[in-house]
Amino acid sequence: MMRFWPFLVFMVLAIFLYVGLGLNPHEVPSPLINKPAPAFSLSQLHDPAKQFSSQDMKGKVWLLNVWASWCVSCREEHPILMDLARRNVLPIIGLDYKDKNEDGEAWLRNGGDPYTLVATDKEGRVGIDYGVYGVPETYLIDKQGVIRYKQIGAVTHQSLQEKILPLIAELQAK
Amino acid sequence: MKHLLILLICLLPTFSYAGEAKDLAEDPVLEKRMVGLAEKLRCLVCQNESLASSRSELANDLRREVREQMNKGKSDQEIIDYLVSKYGDFVLFDPPMKRYTLLLWYGPFALLLIGLVGLVIQLRKRKNEISEASLSDEDAKRASAMLNTPKDSQT
Repeated sequence: MMRFWPFLVFMVLAIFLYVGLGLNPHEVPSPLINKPAPAFSLSQLHDPAKQFSSQDMKGKVWLLNVWASWCVSCREEHPILMDLARRNVLPIIGLDYKDKNEDGEAWLRNGGDPYTLVATDKEGRVGIDYGVYGVPETYLIDKQGVIRYKQIGAVTHQSLQEKILPLIAELQAK
Repeated sequence: MKHLLILLICLLPTFSYAGEAKDLAEDPVLEKRMVGLAEKLRCLVCQNESLASSRSELANDLRREVREQMNKGKSDQEIIDYLVSKYGDFVLFDPPMKRYTLLLWYGPFALLLIGLVGLVIQLRKRKNEISEASLSDEDAKRASAMLNTPKDSQT
């Protein structure tokens, strides 16, 4: 028995290291899940004179997608958001994060616009309120204005099918 | 004229330095307090850097946020609580003592204890394995006889 000990210890270590390899250190669990979404009011991208207020979305299940024209992964995510927009299941609000209006508008003109509405966070203050640390980030917010899901990094087909869509259906049925 | 020009050129860096430092010097006390706090906080983008040393955009914004909250008269603890509520415990370089961090805090001591117990068990076991070699009287006599015999008479 005694001589198996080193092997056992080695196996435990190996398992820990193996699991550790699979974790993404950039996926920090958000403390905002199941907390009320911070309220904000920002000017709109297409019509800067108009404001968008998060209060307007009360009573609806909605998606808040933080993006920017300078963000590379947003390009990867874009077709998936377009697909979601075509399904027409919920309003998708874009938050153009630390971007110039003309860059953001050009980006949407060229690639297509999946958003119901886009608000602009030029100084990144709302971003801080939402704990944004890497764009893109996506929040699913329920009818009561509570954050139910956060996607860090690009939304993928997999996360859309397996997590976001089922959760939308569940939250809308409530 | 030439010397004056050289002198002026030599002085140029001091001018540019003064220009750069101006922003920080606006309120040196607050800036010092901000840096002191930011050193305890992690930059979420470049995770092994502190908020004080990181040059990322987000770190810049967060430093601005900390500065503003300090200007509003918030205490360091209030600012830390605010950032933790947004980014989680991960922003703290010093992880707080919580149920799920118990292993982190006490794990090394537990390992040390396990090692010590293992060592004691091992040493005790070894002690039992080594039996005192006992010599009967007869053997002792033989041995001393052999040892005391002059070398040339042994053969």
